[in-house]
Amino acid sequence: MAEKRKTNLSRVPMLKQEAEVRKRNFYEVALGYTEEQAIEEANRCLQCKKPLCKTGCPVNVDIPEFIEALREHDMPEAVRILKSKNSLPGVCGRVCPQETQCEIRCLLDKKGAPVAIGRLERYVADWEQAHPEVMGKQKNRVKSNGKRVAVVGSGPAGLTCAADLAKRGFEVTIFEALHVAGGVLMYGIPEFRLPKNVVQAEVDYVKSLGVEIKLNHVIGKIATPDELLGNGFGTVFLAPGAGAPMFLNIPGENLSNIYSANEFLTRTNLMKAYLFPEYDTPIKVGGRVAVIGGGNVAMDASRCALRLGAGEVYVIYRRSRIEMPARAEERENAEEEGVLFRILTNPKRFLGGEQGRVKALECCDMDLGEPDESGRRRPIPKPGTDFIIDIDVAIVALGTRPNPIIPTATEGLELTRWGTIKTDEATGRTSKERIWCGGDMATGAATVISAMGAGRRAAADIYAYLQGKS
Amino acid sequence: MYRILFREDLTPDIHLFKVEAPQIARKAQPGQFVIVRSEERGERIPLTMADWDEKEGSVTIVFMEVGTTTRKLALLNAGDSILDFVGPLGRPTEIGRFGTVVCVAGGVGVAPMFPVARALKARGNRIISILGARSQELLFWEDYLRSVSHELTVTTDDGSYGRKGVVTEPLKELLETVEVNRVIAIGPAIMMKFCSLTTKPFNVKTVVSLNPIMVDGTGMCGCCRVLVGGETKFACVDGPDFDGHEVDWDLLMNRQHSYLDEEKESLELWEIKISGR
Repeated sequence: MAEKRKTNLSRVPMLKQEAEVRKRNFYEVALGYTEEQAIEEANRCLQCKKPLCKTGCPVNVDIPEFIEALREHDMPEAVRILKSKNSLPGVCGRVCPQETQCEIRCLLDKKGAPVAIGRLERYVADWEQAHPEVMGKQKNRVKSNGKRVAVVGSGPAGLTCAADLAKRGFEVTIFEALHVAGGVLMYGIPEFRLPKNVVQAEVDYVKSLGVEIKLNHVIGKIATPDELLGNGFGTVFLAPGAGAPMFLNIPGENLSNIYSANEFLTRTNLMKAYLFPEYDTPIKVGGRVAVIGGGNVAMDASRCALRLGAGEVYVIYRRSRIEMPARAEERENAEEEGVLFRILTNPKRFLGGEQGRVKALECCDMDLGEPDESGRRRPIPKPGTDFIIDIDVAIVALGTRPNPIIPTATEGLELTRWGTIKTDEATGRTSKERIWCGGDMATGAATVISAMGAGRRAAADIYAYLQGKS
Repeated sequence: MYRILFREDLTPDIHLFKVEAPQIARKAQPGQFVIVRSEERGERIPLTMADWDEKEGSVTIVFMEVGTTTRKLALLNAGDSILDFVGPLGRPTEIGRFGTVVCVAGGVGVAPMFPVARALKARGNRIISILGARSQELLFWEDYLRSVSHELTVTTDDGSYGRKGVVTEPLKELLETVEVNRVIAIGPAIMMKFCSLTTKPFNVKTVVSLNPIMVDGTGMCGCCRVLVGGETKFACVDGPDFDGHEVDWDLLMNRQHSYLDEEKESLELWEIKISGR
């Protein structure tokens, strides 16, 4: 008789590069599971009859099913199950905040640690990439139904919407403004957290479904959404992404060597400035770097700065650690690598030195008062606590506001008071007939997976709409 | 890939490409720019369009060899391709019926000035152009600019051609003698700065086309931010045209020079590579 095994309440740890080593290279930090580790972790899954994990996933991945296939060693089946709901599993396995979505709902969470769903997802996705001979034979493309859909932006929302519609026979064209597809997955999230070959493999998968991607096409400039509708596209899905960086609006902010996080990350990730001068795009990092903000982007920027050779990197945040929006894991990674946190610190002005370059940042201490409209305690300056930090580079990571290009080029598109495009959350519909929207342009800055969820919902609604038109 | 249909060397270091980009040609307007990346390891640089031809499906760019990127571009010939060519970006120049417009073009700035002056002339304005260069060898398109101007003055710093001196001298004389309704200045930042200083006492609206460093060129990175009337603007989406009297010129020039050391390092490495070929 088989021995009844007790469920291990701790998850199988995943190896990481040592902090001392990784803080000087751009290779991936988390090394992924081996087969043995993946199976061991998969065996912890209770295979609930009514799995709650699934309900936490914005794209409804069949989590217990793919885990079951994995532990049965049926990898092609695990891949198939995963990809039927998620076209970007290698991305999601790495950057989704599972701890607030699927894993937090896992029954084991209350007993010990939840099943490491994200790590298993990554394992399955990586297995597929490592076994093209097994997976390559699959025919991904379905027969065209002759209907054309335009998708603006090839980030997570755009890719998901495009893939979903292509799987249903639509002829989808994605218009991407930059010179590579992937949006924030390429320009924003650094290589050491999300290798670019993983992103490109998933972009290739979306293309294999029959999706055409036109690079270097800035919609609103080379063609307006209305012109797309007039050129044979039945509908347009707008997913142009986060848009324009916000600044602090304090004196000295335009001094040289002060970057928005978008610029700093774009130079580093998209333009590969970390390989300068082999690549032509330069970046300034040396001495002391101040990163202003407390979100995931601030963590990414500070960790990039270390890897680019900064001496000291400070994260300057005006509230306390508890209010920091960054994922705990990313904060820990940054701290392990030596990023220094200056919490309850508010920047007041930048001071310039030679040739208009930033040389110092004047700050003051903060106290926390009553909660504000975000529910977080409001930071209040402490009088008489001004002090100066000498810096050589500053990176402002305060989030983004909507990019004006598409709204100004599209008549009749209603906007919210934040300048985002007014969008019905359930369907992605905008105020304008035949135009849908999703991702950061609809919601303001959010996560990869929530953008993917919006792409999925819009695809379902576009499908229903265009079917009705047949 | 974007094929180069035609190449012309306007001076030994200034080159013209006609690039196959029919969709951009269809939408292009005076004052707009394209972002160019010549090859996989290249930078993205903005170049204001010098002309376009909807029928031919081409966009014309003119550039001077100054750094690695433009040196790499200059190695390309007709039949070769540019990897990335994005546009038309930025807001078009305002083409109104102003009356008398003085168009001041400095150096390579004559190329983007040509379509602006042409459109303004077609709109019924009286166009008085001033074309300036350091010396005769660096002058080009005098005939083009003349063809879209009612009057044209050429200046060279060294007096090797036209009037000896800088563009602000004839500009000042015009402001003193003629009723000028608008000035447009396109050229190096320092020239646009001094044109703006020259027109300021006369209170004549002066439009300048700013040329800060850019990365994406679509409002995403904020690298091109400039201070105009005390407000931060992004040249790529809010400009590149701004009121010259409101621009913080010293800030612009400081930011333009942010990477001088890196540009030198990059160019030295490129020269070693090229000499080894």
